[in-house]
Amino acid sequence: MNYNWNWGIFFELEPGASGSYLDYLIGGLGWTVVTAVFAWMLALVLGLVVGTLRTTGHKGIERICFAYTELFRNIPLLVQMFLWYFVLPELLPQQLGDAMKAMTPPWGSLVPAVLCLGLFMSVRVAEQVRSGIQSLPRGQQLAGLAVGLTRTQTYRYVLLPMVFRIILPPLTSEFLNTIKNTSLALTIGLMELTARARAMQEFSFQVFEAFAAATVIYLLLNLLVVLAMRKLEQRIRVPGFIGSQQQTVAGH
Amino acid sequence: MIEFKNVSKWYGAFQVLDDCSTRVSKGEVVVVCGPSGSGKSTLIKCANGLEPFQKGELFFNGISVGDSKTNLPKLRAQIGMVFQHFELFPHLSVIENLTLGQMKVLGRSPDEAEKKALQLLDRVGLSVQAKKFPGQLSGGQQQRVAIARALCMDPMAMLFDEPTSALDPEMVNEVLDVMVALAGDGMTMMVVTHEMGFARKVSDRVIFMDSGKIVEDCNTDEFFGAPRSPRAQEFLSKILSH
Amino acid sequence: MGGGFDFDVIERSWVYLFREGMSFTVTLTLLATMGGIVLGTLLALMRLSSYRTLNLIAGTYVNTMRSLPLVLVIFWFFFLVPYIGGWLVGSNQPMKVGAFASALITFTMFEAAFFCEIMRAGIQSIPKDQMAAGYALGLNYRQTMATIILPQAFRNMLPVLLTQTIILFQDTSLVYVISSTDFLGAAVKVANRDHRLVEMYTFAALIYFIICFTASLYVRRLQARISIIR
Repeated sequence: MNYNWNWGIFFELEPGASGSYLDYLIGGLGWTVVTAVFAWMLALVLGLVVGTLRTTGHKGIERICFAYTELFRNIPLLVQMFLWYFVLPELLPQQLGDAMKAMTPPWGSLVPAVLCLGLFMSVRVAEQVRSGIQSLPRGQQLAGLAVGLTRTQTYRYVLLPMVFRIILPPLTSEFLNTIKNTSLALTIGLMELTARARAMQEFSFQVFEAFAAATVIYLLLNLLVVLAMRKLEQRIRVPGFIGSQQQTVAGH
Repeated sequence: MIEFKNVSKWYGAFQVLDDCSTRVSKGEVVVVCGPSGSGKSTLIKCANGLEPFQKGELFFNGISVGDSKTNLPKLRAQIGMVFQHFELFPHLSVIENLTLGQMKVLGRSPDEAEKKALQLLDRVGLSVQAKKFPGQLSGGQQQRVAIARALCMDPMAMLFDEPTSALDPEMVNEVLDVMVALAGDGMTMMVVTHEMGFARKVSDRVIFMDSGKIVEDCNTDEFFGAPRSPRAQEFLSKILSH
Repeated sequence: MGGGFDFDVIERSWVYLFREGMSFTVTLTLLATMGGIVLGTLLALMRLSSYRTLNLIAGTYVNTMRSLPLVLVIFWFFFLVPYIGGWLVGSNQPMKVGAFASALITFTMFEAAFFCEIMRAGIQSIPKDQMAAGYALGLNYRQTMATIILPQAFRNMLPVLLTQTIILFQDTSLVYVISSTDFLGAAVKVANRDHRLVEMYTFAALIYFIICFTASLYVRRLQARISIIR
C-alpha cells in the first residue's frame, strides 16, 4: 500500500508558519467552539420565545410560529448557509448589503454562519420547549393561576423552570448537533476544525493523520460537553422527581 | 359570597353546565356531589375564573367573574383552591411553594411571607417538612401543604376539587381533619367530594348535580334524610352502601 | 429586489438541474435509505443481542458516527474508500472510485447509525411476550424476529423512518464538499457560470422546500392514521 505514515506531521510547521500543524488544528477547534456557542445562545433565546408562544393557544401566533418552523426545517442547512452568505447581502438595502460584503474574513464568514446556525437550531429548541410545556400536567398551570399569578408569571415561575429540567437531555444533544453543524461553515470560508483538517491534508498529503486528529478532537469535545451537562443535570435536579420519558426523534 | 346565576357552559357542541343557579353565603360550607361527568369540577372551576362560561352570570363578593374587565389574578388571590392531584410546584421546596404567591401577587416581603408560611404549615401539622420538596412527601402530606399554600393568601373562600380522591385510604382522614378544622374556624368552603361522612359532619348544604344540571340544592339534613329527586336517591344509596 | 435579477436563467437550466442534479440527489437518497435501513436494522439487532462483542462493536460504531460531523465523515470515506478498494483488490494503488459510489457508501454507513437507533426503539417497543409467543409456537430466534417482531417494529416506526429519509434527502446536499453534482451542486454550477447566484440559490431553496414540506405533510398524515389504528 503506497501511503507514507507520518504521525510526526503534527509537530512540523504548517505553511503559514504560525505554528505547528497541531496548533493549526487547535486554532480550528477554537473557531468551532466560538461559532457553536454564539449560535447556540441565539438559538436558545429565539427557541424559548417561539416555543413558549406556540403554547399560548393564540391561533394567529401559532400559525406564524408554524410557518417559521417549517421554513427552517425543510431547506437543507447548507442551502441556508449559502442564502445567508451570498443572497442576503444582495437583498438588503444598498448600504447594509455593501457593509456585509465588506466584512473581512473571518468575520465575513463568522457572522453569517452564526446567524444561519442560530436560526436553524432555534427551531429545534422551540420544538423541545413546546413539547416540554405540553408534557406538564395541565393542573400545574391551573394551580399557578389559582394562587393569583398572571399567565406570564405562571410561565416564568411554575412552568418554565420545570420544562428546563425536563428538556436538558434533549437540549444537550441539540447543542452537540450545533457543534457538528459548524463544519458546514467551511463552505463559506470559515476555517473551523474540519476546514483546517482538510487544508492540512491538502498541504501535507497526510490524509489519515489529519482527519484522524480532527476525529479525535470532535470525540473529546463531545465527551466534555456530555460530562459537563451531566454535572449540570445533577445540580439542578428536583429531589423526588422522576424524569419524563424521552421520545425517539429522527435526525442529527 | 359566591353567586351563580343561570350559568351555562359548552365545550364545543357538548353542554357541560346547564342553567346552574346557586349561592354560597359567608361562612357556609357547601358540598357538591354527583356522578362522574356531572359537571361538578367544572362548576367550581368557574367560580374563580379558571373555566370560562358562555351564558349566565357569576359573582364573587359582588365582583362579576365573567366580565372581561375584571382583574382575574387579583380576584383569584382572594379565592383559595385545592386540586385533586395537589399540583404543588415540584421544583420548589414546601416553604417556597407557600411563599411564591405571597411575594409575587400580594407583594409581601420574604420575611413576612416565610413567617406566615411557617404559621400555616404548623396549622396543618407539617412544620417539620418545610425544607423538603413535594416529591419527597406522601400524598396526604402534599395535599395538606396544598391547603396551606391556598391559606397563605388569606382567602375569603376556599374551593376544593375532589381533594381526597387521589389519596390512598389511610391518608384521607388526615386531610379531612384539616378541612373540618377549617370549617370550624368559619371559612366559606365549596367542596366537590364523594366523602359523604365529611358532608354529613361539616357541611351546611349539599348540591347534587347530574348531567350538568343542579338537581338538588338543600340543607344537609334534608338531603340525607329525604332527597326529593329519584336520581339523588339512587346516588345516595350507591354511595352510602359501602 | 427587482433591478438586475434574471429569472430566465432558471428556465434555461431547468433540464440540466433536474436531469443531472435532481436525479443524482434522488437516486442517492433512495439507495442510501434502503442500504441504511438494512444495515441499521442489523446494527440494532447487534446492539440488542446478548453477545457482548457484537453489542460493543455496534455500540461503538453507532456512537462514533453520531458524534462526528457529516462533512468530516464524507471526507473520510472519500479518501478511505479508494485505499480500501485497492487493498481488497490486492493492488498497490488506491482504486479509482467515482464520487457517486463514494457518496453512496458514506451516506449508507452514516445514516445506518441513525436508522439503528430508530429500529432499536421500535423493536424495544414490542412487548416482550411477542417473542415468547413465537418461541412457544416452536419458532427460532431468526424466524421470530423476521416474521413477528421486525414487521411490527417497522410499521410502528414508519413515520420516524420516513422523517429520517427526508433528513437524508437534505443531507445529500453536502456532497458539495467533494464537488459532486447533486441538485445543489448543479445549481451552484449554473450560478457561477451565468453569474446568477441570487436567482439560482433562491430557486434551489424553493425546490427543496416544496419537496420536503410536501413529504413531511404526508408523513404527518400517515402518523395520524397509524396512531388511530393502535
